[in-house]
Order: sequence, then C-alpha cells, then structure tokens
Amino acid sequence: MRFEVNGRALDADPFPGQCLRTLLREHEHFEVKKGCDAGDCGACGVLVDGEPVHSCVYPAHRIEGRAVTTAAGLGDVGSLSPVQQRFVDAAGFQCGFCTPGMVVTASSEAVQHAEDADLPRLFKGNLCRCTGYRSITDALHGVCTTEERGTGGVGRSVRAPAAERVVTGAERYTLDLSTTGLLHLAVLRSPHAHARVRSIDAAAARALPGVHAVLTADDSPATLFSTGRHQNRLEDPDDTLVFDRVLRFRGQRVAAVVADTVGIAEEACRLLRVDYEVLPAVFDPEEARSPGAPLLHGEKDPFVARIAAPERNVVAQKHGELGDVAAGLAQADVVVSGTWRTARVSHAQLETHGTRGWLDANGRLVLRTSSQVPYLVRDEIARIFGLERDGVRVFAARVGGGFGGKQELLTEDLVTLAVLRTGRAVQYEYSREDEFTGATLRHPKRVSVTLGARHDGTLTAMAVDVLSDTGAYGNHGPGVMFHGTHESVSVYRVPNRRVDAEAVYTNNPPSGAFRGYGLGQVLFAVESAMDELARKLGLDPFELRRRNVVVPGDPVIVTDADEETDLELSGYGLDQCLDLAERAVAEGGDPAPDGWLVGTGMALGMIATMPPRGHYSEVRLTLDPDGGATLDVGTAEFGNGTSTVHVQLVAQALGLPPEHVRLRQSDTDAAKYDTGAFGSAGTVVAGKAVHEAALALRAAVLGAALGLADGNGAEPLLAGGAVLLGARRIPLAEIAAEAPLVATATASGTPRSLAFNVHAFRVAVDPGTGEVRILRSVQAADAGTVLNPEQLRGQIEGGTAQAIGTALYEEVRTDGAGTVTTRTFRNYHIPQMADVPTTEVLFAETHDDLGPLGAKSMSEAPYNPIAPALANAIRDAVGVRPHELPMTRDRVWRLLRAR
Amino acid sequence: MPAMEVRLDERTLPEGGFVDLPTLRAVRLPRERSELVIGEGGAPLGGGTWLFSEPQDHLTEFVDLTALGWEPWAEEPDGSLTVAATCTLAQLLRIPARPEWPALSLFPRCADSLVASFKVWNTATIGGNIALALPAGGLTSLATALDAEALLWTADGERRMAVADLVLGVRRTALEPGEVIRSITFPAAALAARIAFRRIALSPQGRAGTVVIGRRDGNGAVTIGITGGTERPEILRFPAPPSTADVATAIDGIGTWYDDPHGAPDWREAMTRRFAEEIREELR
Repeated sequence: MRFEVNGRALDADPFPGQCLRTLLREHEHFEVKKGCDAGDCGACGVLVDGEPVHSCVYPAHRIEGRAVTTAAGLGDVGSLSPVQQRFVDAAGFQCGFCTPGMVVTASSEAVQHAEDADLPRLFKGNLCRCTGYRSITDALHGVCTTEERGTGGVGRSVRAPAAERVVTGAERYTLDLSTTGLLHLAVLRSPHAHARVRSIDAAAARALPGVHAVLTADDSPATLFSTGRHQNRLEDPDDTLVFDRVLRFRGQRVAAVVADTVGIAEEACRLLRVDYEVLPAVFDPEEARSPGAPLLHGEKDPFVARIAAPERNVVAQKHGELGDVAAGLAQADVVVSGTWRTARVSHAQLETHGTRGWLDANGRLVLRTSSQVPYLVRDEIARIFGLERDGVRVFAARVGGGFGGKQELLTEDLVTLAVLRTGRAVQYEYSREDEFTGATLRHPKRVSVTLGARHDGTLTAMAVDVLSDTGAYGNHGPGVMFHGTHESVSVYRVPNRRVDAEAVYTNNPPSGAFRGYGLGQVLFAVESAMDELARKLGLDPFELRRRNVVVPGDPVIVTDADEETDLELSGYGLDQCLDLAERAVAEGGDPAPDGWLVGTGMALGMIATMPPRGHYSEVRLTLDPDGGATLDVGTAEFGNGTSTVHVQLVAQALGLPPEHVRLRQSDTDAAKYDTGAFGSAGTVVAGKAVHEAALALRAAVLGAALGLADGNGAEPLLAGGAVLLGARRIPLAEIAAEAPLVATATASGTPRSLAFNVHAFRVAVDPGTGEVRILRSVQAADAGTVLNPEQLRGQIEGGTAQAIGTALYEEVRTDGAGTVTTRTFRNYHIPQMADVPTTEVLFAETHDDLGPLGAKSMSEAPYNPIAPALANAIRDAVGVRPHELPMTRDRVWRLLRAR
Repeated sequence: MPAMEVRLDERTLPEGGFVDLPTLRAVRLPRERSELVIGEGGAPLGGGTWLFSEPQDHLTEFVDLTALGWEPWAEEPDGSLTVAATCTLAQLLRIPARPEWPALSLFPRCADSLVASFKVWNTATIGGNIALALPAGGLTSLATALDAEALLWTADGERRMAVADLVLGVRRTALEPGEVIRSITFPAAALAARIAFRRIALSPQGRAGTVVIGRRDGNGAVTIGITGGTERPEILRFPAPPSTADVATAIDGIGTWYDDPHGAPDWREAMTRRFAEEIREELR
C-alpha cells in the first residue's frame, strides 16, 4: 500500500485493525501524538487530503492513495508556518503535547475561515489540560504576547526554549524515538476489587508465538515500596509490591506479558488462567474505618510499613487541638458548620504514563520515562531490585503534563523487571483507560468545618474534620492529609482550633498526588464556611478575611503552638491580593442573560512555596567553548515553564541571549541531583540553585577577563556574549578558551515562604436548567518577583481552568463496587475551549527574600481557591449553598428546587 | 448499576496498552452486495470512528461497507431524501439547501449535538451513528424526529423499518445478525415541516443530556422526538397542535429516563418537559 505523508511517498502494510495514528508513528512521524485513542482529544490530528481527522479512529487501510499532512508537514523549526509562528508568539502551549494536533486543526480550512464565535465549537475536539485556552485563542487571533527570539532577560516574557520544536512536532517526548528490537508489555488487571490469586496457569500464554516472558508474583521482588515518591521515602507507607498475590482494587496488576507487539502481549494476557479467591471488600471510607470492615493491609506491621492503624484501615491520622475549641465556640456570637464533599478527579495530562527501558553497552539499566521525579525513581528502582544506584540511569525527555500524577512509580518497575528478565528493550505505555482505572486519582474527601466568631468577625474557634479516601494503597495518603489541613487552617489567626483527619484505605482505585496536594479539598470546605459566616455576620467576605488572616509577625501553625517550622511570611502579599480581587471583580464582565440569577463569590488560598522537610537540587553551569553556556539541572519540564526561567536566570547573569543557554535536564547522568518537579519547586529550589550557579560563573568569567586584560580600573560589564572592559571587548569564547569555567550550586528547600491567591467570580445561573455561566473571573496572585509574566499568567489561567473542571464538570465515577465507569474523555468531561472564561490575572507587588530574585512558586497555588470561590458565587446567586463537587448543572438545578 | 455505554460485563477487561484492534485478523472489502456476509466475530465497518475508539476484543473481521461505493445521497422521485449508510456527516452537511426542505436546517444542529468534533464528521457515517444506538446519537435524534425509515440489507434480502423502531435501547438495535443499514430515507413531508430544536448538556459543548425536536407538518400534526434523555428514542405524536396538558401527559408516559455521567434522570426529565413545552409554544 502506498500513500503520501508531508509530500513524500510511503510504502506500508498496515495490519487489520490498525489505525492511522500508529501507522504514522511506526514510520517515525512522532509528531502525531497519542492522547486518548478514542477520537476525543485531538492530539493525533492530521489532515487527510486536506481535511482534518483524528488519526486514532481512522482505519489505516483506507489511507491508500491519499495524502497525509502532519504538523511537521506544515512547517519546520527553521521555517514555521504562519499558524505555527502564531502559537510561538502567543505562548499557546505549556507541556505542548496537544500542540501539534492543535496546530493541525488551526490550519484547517474550516478554522481558517471561521468566525471568532465559532472557535469553541471547532475546537471541542482539541483538549489542552495546561493552558486554559486563552493563549491558544490569542494564537488563533494572531496576538503576540512574548519577546522576539534573542532578546529578554528576567522579568520579560521570554519564549520557552522548545517553542519552535513544540509547534512543529519536532520536540521528542517520552516514547518519541525508535528502538530496534523493542518488546512491548501488557498487563492483566484484576477483575475483582479484593481477591487473592490462588494460582496462574500461564502455559498457553507462554506458548503463544512472539511471547518473551510472562511475569507474575513468582517473579516479583519481595521488597515492599510505595508508588508515591518523596525526598524522604519514609513519608509514604511501604504497602506495594511489583506483583502482589492479594489484589486490592479492580484494575490492579495481576500479571504482565512481554511480547513482540502490544497485540500479542494482550492476546497472551487473555490466555492466562487465573484462579481467584474473592475476598470481602469495602468502598465507603467511613465503613472502612469502622469495626468489622474487611482489612486491606491488616497483615502488615504498622511500624515497618508505616501504616498508622492497619487494624482499622487507617494509613494516617492527625488529631490535635490548640486552645479550647469548646470554649471558643461558647464565646462565639455566631457559629456555622457544614460538611462538604469532593469527587475523585483524574489528572488527565495529555501524555499517558509510559516508560521505555533497555540495557546500555555496559549492561547498565536505562529508563526513559514520563516522570516528574527521575532521581527518586532511580533511587527506588535500585532499592526494589537490589541494584547499585550507579547501575541505573533514569531520564525524562519533555514530559506531556503531570499535575502530580507522575510523582508516582507506576510503569518503571514493570519495565525494569521485564528488561532484567529478557535483556531486551521493553516499553510499557498506558492507555487513556489505564489512566482512569490503573493510575492514581485526586483523593476524594469529606470535610466538616465548624467556625465560631464574634459580631465583629473575629474568629474564636475552628474545627476541621477530614476523611480522605486513599483507595487501595497509601501512596501520598499521609502527605495529602497533612498538607491538606495545614495552610488551609494556618492561614487564619484563630486561638482555638481542632483538626481531626484520617486517610483511610478502601478497595477503590488508589488516590495520589494532585495539584494542590490536598489543600483544595479542605479549602473548598473552609472557604465555604467562611462565606457562610460572612453572611450570618452581615460582613463583606473580603472584609471577614482581612480581619482574620495571618499577617507578618503571626505564627504559621496548625494545632501545635510549639511546632517547629521553617515557614516564613516573607514578602507578604495577601492584603494586596484581597484588595486587587475585590476591586477587579466589581468591574466589567459579561452581562447576565435576562431572568438569570446573579451572584458574586470569592475565596483565598495560602500555600507553602516548597514542599516540607527538604527539597534538593544541585546544578552545574559550564561556559562552553563557543561562548554559550550549558546548564545541567535535574528538574523536569512538564509544562511548568521552569526551563524558560532557568534559561532567563543564566542569560541575565552572563549577558547572553537566552538562545545561547543550553539545557540538559531531568537526567540522572547529567545534573547530580534534584528531588523533582513537584511541590511547585522548579523555580524556587532548582531555580535558586541555577541563579547561584549563574552568579558564580559570572564572577569567574569576570575574574578571568580581568586576568586576560587590564581594564585600567574600569568596571567590567557582561553583555552581548562578551565582557566589556573599558574600551576592550572580550568574547566569552575567548575566555572559555583560556580555561574551562564551571560553577555548581545547590539549594535545599528551606526555609520556605508562603504564596497567596485570591479568586473572585461573578456568575449567572439559569433558574430553569441549573446552567452556571461565569460572567467575570479574576485572580490576584502573590508570586513575589514575576520572572516571566506571560508564563506566570499562563500557569494561573491553566490552574484556574483545571479547577473549573473540578468544580463544575469532573468526576471519576465508580459503580460503588470499585469499578470505574468513566473511562474515556467523552464520559469524563475536562474543560474545552467553550468551558473556560477569560480570567483577569493580577499580581501583588512583593519580593520574597527566600526565592531567586524575589520570586515565589506559582504552579499549584492558582488551582486551590477556585472551587470555593465558584461555590460561594453560586450560593450568592441561588440562595442555597452547594456542598458537593462537581457542581454540575443537574446538581445546581436540584439546589434551585430546594429553595 | 446504570446502563453504561461501555458494558463492562460483556468485555474482556482492559489490559494496559489498548492500541489499535489487535484481535482483527482481516478487513474485508466487499465488491458487491453478495459479498456482504458478516459471520461469527465479524462486524460491518462504517467510518470506524466508534469501532476504533474502544477495545473490540470479541471481533476478528471487519467488512468495510465504504468499499461498496454507495452514492452518499439522492433525491427520490417523490421528493424524499435517501442517504446512504456510508454517507459521512461531512457529506450530509454539504447537501444544498432548498426551499421545499426547510427541515434541512436541523441537520447541522444534530451533527453539532454529537460529542464528536467536526473533524470526526469527515470519517463518521450516518449508518454507523444510528447502528451504535447511543441515547445521545445525533443522527438518531435527526432520523427519528423526521420519521426517517431505514433500509436494512443482508446479502440477499432486505426490509424496511422506522429508525424509531430500529433503535431499541442503549447499544441495542433491531438489526438481525448479518444485517446492515443500507440507507435512511427522510420523507418529503417531514423535510417540508416546521422544526423547533432544543438541547442541553452538562457543559456548553458536552454530550447531550437531552435533545428535544418538534416538527409541525403541513396538516397541523405535531411530533416531538426525545433522544439523549431517554434510553431509546421516544416519539410523541399529536394529530393537531397539542395543549400544555397534552404534552405533559404524553411525557408522563415515558419510563426510560437515562442515567449516565451526562446527567441525572430527574434533571433530564425536567429539561425534557421544559423544552417540550417551549417547543409546543413555538410550533403553535
């Protein structure tokens, strides 16, 4: 069969049942991405004879005689198409995984001739999880929001280093490479929520031609670990095996097959005969911690495995009181209380989890993986398999989104086992369905809050009770529980407070790290209760916050007055954020349709700028022979934009154009160490080390220049790739030729600062249908010094959009017996272009002495206040308070009926 | 457990790397009707946009209907419109407007009602969407509201059936094994009718919660078709313009309110009632 791709003829022989997407990738058209394999997300978009199609649902046999155009065929890095150039100009991407498909749709005739108002309809088949779509819309309109290449230092909207490669599809993600003799791995997942494997008969599977290995519990290392990864591995319970004989959720690995193709591996999985002993299961976390409930990890030693109370399914608990809550409530003039619930949510990053592993020429294990934490993966893989740390290399190419979902070890251990067993290169790639059924999800929480206050609004008491469903395994269960009740409580100055929190095992799919790390769920309850309190008191909600929030000089504590903390209210900007959001929400916005109910609501969020208990980065900066610089930094780029900021910091210090700074990142063979890209640490930890290294290299360069020439006492300057010394201009290449100049620097993630966000909405609600329309959306952020305004705005808009999904649309549903029933994007609605309003982003003017050049982190933070702000606006409009996420139209309609 | 689009009990469990349809052993391209034989493990392939979107581990052969080269659409001598099952949505929407077919304006609205993007329209077919028998099938909405009739084929036989009777329930049709949809015919009278359209989903462009389409024929008869909100198409017929009570009473008789992630049944029923009344008013 013959067809054409980007003007070049191609011979191919697709197998029956093959789709065009995999056929194109087989021929190294890696610009055609896989996001869903269901025709929903658009990442695989191509033009066939000029018409846009989703190549994942296009039967490959029909491509004969036709002409395919991919993003790479529209333009290349050296000569972008006009549409591609517009995506670069407008920074119309973050992780960039959806971008080649986005560019293809934008280049179609239909879009080229479309009215603006029709764009949301035309783009409903192009999902972006990162940007919130404003920058994409800017790209479609030809708005330029970034600096031309070759210009711009710190504080300017410098373009992402990979921009031109991303928009042409040339940027390589995790699985975008060819490997000769690659084997594929498929997994048999448990059909039961709780069962014991009595036996597996693998004879038929092993006998299938093309099968190289069948892996079961017999092959599993006996080392318990956690899929959740942290700097300190003791933070997560050791409750997981590569293969366990006990299956604790429907979807858990039972066995894996390694074969020549995915199809053969899957067929072999179907040939496995497994004898299951079905065990009683529990799905409600309240039931799970009650006497008589089936135990998930009852056989484990609480001290060895670090499980708080395995005898009642409790993986972590916190019970603490400061002052006397009962007395505080007795002193109160007004008391409010309520119970709020949040749903299970999928990260829905466009690139699914995936790992390719092989042995290098020296027999060393190499894992190329889609991870936020390559160094932590290396360390744990070495531990599980009893390997030397030096015997394992783990690296990440550009990662197609994560949002916390890739702070887990979900694919790397299986690939390791398969590579060690077969000696061959092996790949394991999650499907979108796997993301819903076999990855991790945001912890669903039930949160009860009681608040007491005096007439003037002064809080006298706060009680928070949290029940968190960690699912079948405890990865991130303790961390999410503790963090969730930290900044949500410590942001208020209240003398009497009590926190009761438990994270509980159930036979539901495992929960894990998710943007905001538990804070969002608790803030939804606390900020809803604060809103109710303001109503009862007849106080403006902004004013009630002003009277109670922590200010510099206050301790930042939860329930322990003597708590040792490294948190500082450095460069405090919450007061400005409250003022900015209050002013902005009152102005402008869309008009409400006739007859709709209108309401305004706000909420705040506080978050530590780094994770607690240490976050380390050691970077190396080298002056290259050509006068450029190479930066080795361990943190990963997954759409967070830290690569851009790191380049800016180096370029500024060395007087280089940003393009002359080369990055080698997220590779355990490059930079010495980095804890990883989580907890919003990429700018404030890795970035801080980068800044110090840049200053050190600058000093070395200037010193070397003075050694080369006599400046006659003139102050040396670094600019344009040279040192200017009086009238003398010494190119950096000349300095590099004299002696190799290298600087290293480290950052340790302590002390930590606090960042603030205040979001306000005005909404209209259709009293007949429950439809919520956002008329005005504003977020004020205290990000310290703004290093890259356009990127920062993009992070805030993207966090807002993701949280609008959580607040209004998204819920991973189960049947109540552990089976996930929402397994595709068409049944799990993440925000499309049509769903996301424009958010006005405002910055407080602050300087954080702890961050690089005064910057704070701002990746997770923008997400947290959205749901309560929206809930409070809906409450204001309809007169009834929502207590459950998502606030879907059918639920809001029920609220309206309850009036 | 609510009826789901993915009937988990009927499927092998997902096994990790769902890519392509690896159990397929052949894609057969029939050259003529006599080769339209679909055996055990076989399935007719329309556009493929749904078949390729989910695991099909029970299938081993596709019979590609598009190979038969059916003319996408044709006007019949009696003024009705026949659309081949293999006509893509994109082709359907390119049928030129004409004064005697005002109801053609409904076609793009029903296409937009699909959760699939306009890009999928270039591949997805009319017959495929109807045969899929999803409550939110936009072409089922269109065909049932306009009283379209399906021509069903086997290699050597044929029969006709109203689309409203063809779609029996969620992912359930009256198609016999080996039978395929050959075409859909929209009667001239329905194409000449006045139309009113209402739709709601849980999000602006989301999968339909309910789609309510009203039609007033030249003789004053009013038909209200309900899809998306119910497990199968529900068609309310009134010989003359109905009263509020007539419509409400007719809706009282519906017992198939659908429950899935795209809307709770009580909300779907309420929205249907609201829209049906608006449509009644509009077509009075």
